[in-house]
Amino acid sequence: MDKLYLIATIAGQGVAIRAALVDSVVEIGAVSPVPLAAPHIAGLAALRSRLLTIICSEHALGITPSGKASSRAVIVEVEGHYYGLVVGTIDDARIIEADPVPIRARLEHGWARVALGTIEFEGESLILIDPHRLIAGPEEMAA
Amino acid sequence: MDDLLSEFIAETRDTLEALSGEVIAWEADPDDRARLDSIFRFVHTVKGSCGFLDLPRFERLSHAAEDVLSELRAGERKADAALVSAVLAIIDRIGELAEALDSGEPHADGDDAALIAALHADAATTAAVAPNAAAAPGAIRAPTRSIRIPLEQLDRMMSGVSDMVLARNELSRRLREIPEAPGVEGAFERLSACVAEMRDSITRTRMQRIDKLFAALPRMVRDVSGEVGKQVDLEIDGSDVELDREMIELMRDPLTHIVRNAIDHGIETPDERRRLGKPAAGRLTVSARQSGNQIVIDIMDDGRGIDEDKLVNRAIAAGLIGEDTADALPAQARVALIFEPGLSTADSVSAISGRGVGMDVVKSNIERIGGAIDIDNRPRIGLHLTIRVPLTLTIIAALTVTAGNQGFAIPRSAIDEIVHDSNETIRIDSVGSATIVTIRGRALPLVNLEEVLGMGRPQVMRGRTLVVVRAASGCSYALAVAAVHDHEELVIKPASPAIMATGAYAGKSLPDSGIPMLLLDVGGLAALAGVGADEAGLNPPAAAPVEADAAADVVPTLLFRDFDGIQRGIRLSVVERLEDVSGEQIRFAAGRMRIAVDGRILPLAGCDAMTDRRVLKILRLNDGAAELAYAIDDVIDIVALPAMFERAASAGPVAGVALVDGEQVELLDPHWLFADIDGAASAGEQGPLCLLMNRDDPWMREILRPLIEAAGYRVAFAGEAGSAEADVVIAPPGEGASAEPDIAAPVVRLRADRPVAHAGDDSVYRYDRAGLLAAIQATVSARRA
Repeated sequence: MDKLYLIATIAGQGVAIRAALVDSVVEIGAVSPVPLAAPHIAGLAALRSRLLTIICSEHALGITPSGKASSRAVIVEVEGHYYGLVVGTIDDARIIEADPVPIRARLEHGWARVALGTIEFEGESLILIDPHRLIAGPEEMAA
Repeated sequence: MDDLLSEFIAETRDTLEALSGEVIAWEADPDDRARLDSIFRFVHTVKGSCGFLDLPRFERLSHAAEDVLSELRAGERKADAALVSAVLAIIDRIGELAEALDSGEPHADGDDAALIAALHADAATTAAVAPNAAAAPGAIRAPTRSIRIPLEQLDRMMSGVSDMVLARNELSRRLREIPEAPGVEGAFERLSACVAEMRDSITRTRMQRIDKLFAALPRMVRDVSGEVGKQVDLEIDGSDVELDREMIELMRDPLTHIVRNAIDHGIETPDERRRLGKPAAGRLTVSARQSGNQIVIDIMDDGRGIDEDKLVNRAIAAGLIGEDTADALPAQARVALIFEPGLSTADSVSAISGRGVGMDVVKSNIERIGGAIDIDNRPRIGLHLTIRVPLTLTIIAALTVTAGNQGFAIPRSAIDEIVHDSNETIRIDSVGSATIVTIRGRALPLVNLEEVLGMGRPQVMRGRTLVVVRAASGCSYALAVAAVHDHEELVIKPASPAIMATGAYAGKSLPDSGIPMLLLDVGGLAALAGVGADEAGLNPPAAAPVEADAAADVVPTLLFRDFDGIQRGIRLSVVERLEDVSGEQIRFAAGRMRIAVDGRILPLAGCDAMTDRRVLKILRLNDGAAELAYAIDDVIDIVALPAMFERAASAGPVAGVALVDGEQVELLDPHWLFADIDGAASAGEQGPLCLLMNRDDPWMREILRPLIEAAGYRVAFAGEAGSAEADVVIAPPGEGASAEPDIAAPVVRLRADRPVAHAGDDSVYRYDRAGLLAAIQATVSARRA
């Protein structure tokens, strides 16, 4: 389980999330906006009787969202609340034997804030992200 | 081993909870064998289990207590107060140790030897070991046939059932789209019924008897009253009322605070009580009952009540209110000052209460769970607090509205009324950048929901609905929304921190539509919109101006069936509340019908003779100073009636008649009712003398006289008193000054017709009550000046 990662893309960048932190991966339906909430809070969506707070990952990284919103979300539970992180594409859960390594390059935008390191997978460098920091959004950084 | 240990802790906790009442009962009657036995059994069980689990401290304590208790059982020793306290101290220590064991922290206070020694000491030397009930063990369950389920498990079941409801709704939508198949309808109906029943019973599993909350009271009352040297008889009623488990936990602190306050500040010392002619032991009653979808908890004591003058003075000193507003404060608002932060009438901070945690915290805690607290203060007689809380935390009655094409929910409990902005009785004005709406003379800030939520200005500014809401701080405002939809029972879940951070929402919900909805926090919205507390809680509500366009105005009116079977109405604003009373509380005493209620005697109107009814309803009417009861048969409805109605042919208890659904309904004249009791109370005082010219005129005698007397004047007829003594003379139509040239007092002349007869006529139309009284008043004050 330790070596299991969920592989997805955010704004075209390949990312990995520890599968242990992921509840499920779903296609979300209509999102009801939450007025006054931080820009990265896209709104609320229903997953059966469960209510998800939808996080726009691109916004949370300080990237201007490109094109139309995706409906694929990674469900993460934090302190009893369920969040749906909207990402670009979702590949699959894969076992990666290599250990993550600290980032040596300077990352732009909000990436530096959410990145835990990079991990090599099939010849590609994936950014290992911390979903909790993604949920906290860019405002947390300023504080 | 771990399982055994946690089982032991849970069991000890449960038994302790159940035992606390037993111990008190045992203390009251040390010879009660049954109580002694159950305490013995507890100690014995603890001793047995802890020997097995290798818990030496438990063993030493329980062993010592068991020895003493068995001596008592054998009759070798007699139980006295000191011994009971010593046993209690042991039981408490066992509870503390169990809690320490549970949390995994070592219990530092290890002086068990003193406790054990106290068991064997003489009564005189044990005073030092006072039992300490502060660490009451947490509640888990009553010792009934039951199993323990973590709350999360219940929540999971609850959300599973919610899923089922949504799936059923979805299925129902799909079924409507396809051609009907035989038998499907019936099967679906059955499924629906099962789902509904399931939802109901899962909801009920969250419920718990309020006994859980009340069981700790006897012990607490005993300890607190002992500490402050007072005697208190506690009476508990309604222990079998059921309440949401979480709600019970949230009610614990407020209730504890109120009970401690009642003993520490309310109830007097035995000496003082004797001096006041009260029984030496104070009386504290805590009761619970279910009323609709609310639980009502009453806490009553017969102590000294709240010293309102002191409270008002403190409020002035603290700068909460000005001296001028303090004078104008109605009684209810004066007492309500107790809920203002930082105010207390306690002169000194004692160990029991007054530690800076005041009634304001109690109030806000109760309001946080959607409840309300009312206070009924009777100085020197006692204090009555009423707490109302919703049955459950998770399901609330809400109003769904739309703003900016999005649905929102508003808790019903925060809503005062709903009006449409096209209603002619309301006026909307712009004051600078703010908007003020005046609804029947009540000016309120107007907040557009779209604007406060940053969704931009609403596209259509007209044809909107105004929801008048009351924020917890006592500030009311009108929230304008695009449309109001429905009343719905919503299952509310806490929203994630990112959403709560906006300050605008109280939670989230998934209505049957399947579209997520946010529950608005009306207090938070007020803060966001910059609507300050309008001091409504502190200032007396501004008297509604006498509207010139009264014809368009409506007044909420209570319709009821009177004792004589006739439908009548009364302005809702003077009705304080409706109460069921027993017929035995009514007596004809001291010249009128009176009713004994809440330890007071109120004048009773509406029934002229003794009734043989066992139960009847009364309306409690209040004019701000005096109170009276009006007996009725039953309440019919509350309707809005125009402020203008057909005046009664003569002044009396009936002010006039209005049309309700095509029926003529008599409207009571509260002015008359209060004047009636007031006049009786203050008869014979030296009011200005009003001379009525013609004794033989029945109108003067029977109609005018009571009106003038009710207004506080003495009345004499011509011949009984000379006109020189009179302050004012009232002359009937036609009798001019010329007819009696020797009148030495100013004259108010009446006329029979409504229209003014000719120019220069200063007469007053005889049914113009206000005009007549004003004329008399003006004349009297001009003469006396």
